[in-house]
Amino acid sequence: MSAAVGPPSGGVPRPAEAGPTTAAPLVELRGASKRFVKSLDLSARIGNLLGADVREEIVHAVDRVDLHIHPGEVVGLVGESGCGKSTLGRLAVGLLPLTEGVRCWNGVPLAELGPEAARRQQLKMQMIFQDPYASLNPRMRVVDIVGEAPVAHRMIPASTRTEYVGLQLNRVGLDPTLMRRFPHQFSGGQRARIGIARALAVKPEFLVCDESVAALDVSIQAQVLNLFMELKAALNLTYLFISHDLGVVEHISDRVVIMYLGRVVESGSTAELFAAPGHPYTQALLAEVGKVVPEKRTYVPIKGEIPSPLAPPPGCHFHPRCPHAMARCREVAPALKKIAPGRYSACHLNDGGAP
Amino acid sequence: MSPSLLEIEGLKTYFFTKAGVVRAVDDVSFTVARGEVLGLVGESGSGKSMTGYSIMGLIDPPGRVVAGRVRLQGRDLLTMGAEDLRQLRGNRIAMIFQDPMMTLNPVLRIDAQMIEAILAHRKVGRTAAREQARAALAKVGIPSPDERLVAYPHQFSGGMRQRVAIAIALLNNPDLIIADEPTTALDVTIQGQILFEMQKLTRETGAAMIWITHDLSVIAGLADRVCVMYAGRIVEQGGVFDVLAQPRHPYTQGLLDSVPSRSARGARLKQIPGMAPSVLDLPPGCAFRERCGYATPACGAMPGMRPAGNVDGGQAVRCHHPLETEARR
Repeated sequence: MSAAVGPPSGGVPRPAEAGPTTAAPLVELRGASKRFVKSLDLSARIGNLLGADVREEIVHAVDRVDLHIHPGEVVGLVGESGCGKSTLGRLAVGLLPLTEGVRCWNGVPLAELGPEAARRQQLKMQMIFQDPYASLNPRMRVVDIVGEAPVAHRMIPASTRTEYVGLQLNRVGLDPTLMRRFPHQFSGGQRARIGIARALAVKPEFLVCDESVAALDVSIQAQVLNLFMELKAALNLTYLFISHDLGVVEHISDRVVIMYLGRVVESGSTAELFAAPGHPYTQALLAEVGKVVPEKRTYVPIKGEIPSPLAPPPGCHFHPRCPHAMARCREVAPALKKIAPGRYSACHLNDGGAP
Repeated sequence: MSPSLLEIEGLKTYFFTKAGVVRAVDDVSFTVARGEVLGLVGESGSGKSMTGYSIMGLIDPPGRVVAGRVRLQGRDLLTMGAEDLRQLRGNRIAMIFQDPMMTLNPVLRIDAQMIEAILAHRKVGRTAAREQARAALAKVGIPSPDERLVAYPHQFSGGMRQRVAIAIALLNNPDLIIADEPTTALDVTIQGQILFEMQKLTRETGAAMIWITHDLSVIAGLADRVCVMYAGRIVEQGGVFDVLAQPRHPYTQGLLDSVPSRSARGARLKQIPGMAPSVLDLPPGCAFRERCGYATPACGAMPGMRPAGNVDGGQAVRCHHPLETEARR
């Protein structure tokens, strides 16, 4: 079988991995999978009736992943483009339905809630997107962008919307007198703040930040990262912080989860994982992290590219690029196993196989 | 010290828009020696890319190079005729852009584009040109170059496309390569591969390089010297070790402090307050003074470049109050 610690698809939920606390995780995904299927069109189906063997194309964007996030925790989700980290973030926040698996909030599976309760739960989870150009409606004023959801969900009466939006803007460091403006009248950093204010306007407890600082200049990025940390302390927020920038993730996260081609390859506390990466892919990623230390580096690249998720390599997905690949890696996908308290790694080397 | 390959003196590139004059590049001077890697660092809008475009003569109206000299091996590129410039571009100077999909023609096969670049500058036969194109692809680490030559750009991944762009830039063994954020759009492992290839190729060919980027970590590992730009001007320059280890301009210091991996985990980052000013109708004086903790009324007058720090190493700063050793902490 391929992958992770979860039970086989859709099975009975199993107790969560031992996290930093024993309390139920705020958000939990168990055996979560997301497959995108390109369905057969009419001609292909007719062809199949006549005996042509046309198959559906299936992308395993997320493949049986377990993720648990405890209250007040910042979990960094790292991977390269196409590894499924954004899809996992959207599954966690509920923007995409799970193909398989269970999604829990405070230990309660969300699928079991009635529609009204589910809607109220959903408000507790919000997402902040990467591109502040694409995620803000260019034809809406800031006051409408930020104020729409709380009014629609009857959290505030429509008459107090202006004051409410003013408070929200203040909190993210924007001048409330600018609320009649349109998104294009703001700089990139300000637009990122509008996105944050919109997410916070419905008083969430859990935020998924998908590459939320990636598009910003470094001095503005520092401002927004500081804002994230201030808001976390002030509002007792929990973050799933998705990024490809290991420097940012190292700075803001308590725990890091590394993904490769739809699977989690390693997770652990930030300090431990950055000090001693266990999985060859993590090691390769960390080797590429630019430290701003002025010394001539000799770049030693890792070979190859991420394979297509349409046709992932058999066995361990990383084996074609792995310097330690053995015969077993080509056949059997390693399971995500506990290698130390709070540390999980999916690699055959952990079983004492000769490197 | 080897003689300078490229000398830029007082370069000014302005854009004359309806809203006013945008001073995108304002009085920029620097030199690049043979075989040297110069890092040109700045945030968006600082004029770093426009400096590169000005050197290549790629400024479109309403923009215009209004003053300055750009000399490549003693020849001024700005006063040169269009035909002479065409002979130099892609031959002695080559440019690599951020988005290779924009530089590669989507409807032409790779071989057609590469052979065209060779034949434009050299009298060789088509077969020989094709062989050179194949060798160039192999040199930048593209597997099975024979098959890739007959592929179209959309059949390549982002990293491979950038390698093709680099291969095209290197076809005629240029003396100077201007690389404008060539790895910004790429994943970290792919960025590592491209940096590895560039480092190897410049070492082998002895080409000088201007590496334009906002990423200080790339500069730290790759460049020999660095120029930091802010609002169209160079605010600090010097050896990469001097500038990154002992910055003398408050902006350079602020930029370095903003990098998350340089501070303790979870600690508040030292941020630069405010945001970069618009270069449209910039008020006189130091452009950074609104955001600077050291600003005094003297900053109302534009400071000139003056030596600071490692003077022998050419470190210089455009500041009335360059940071002293004590102030750095």
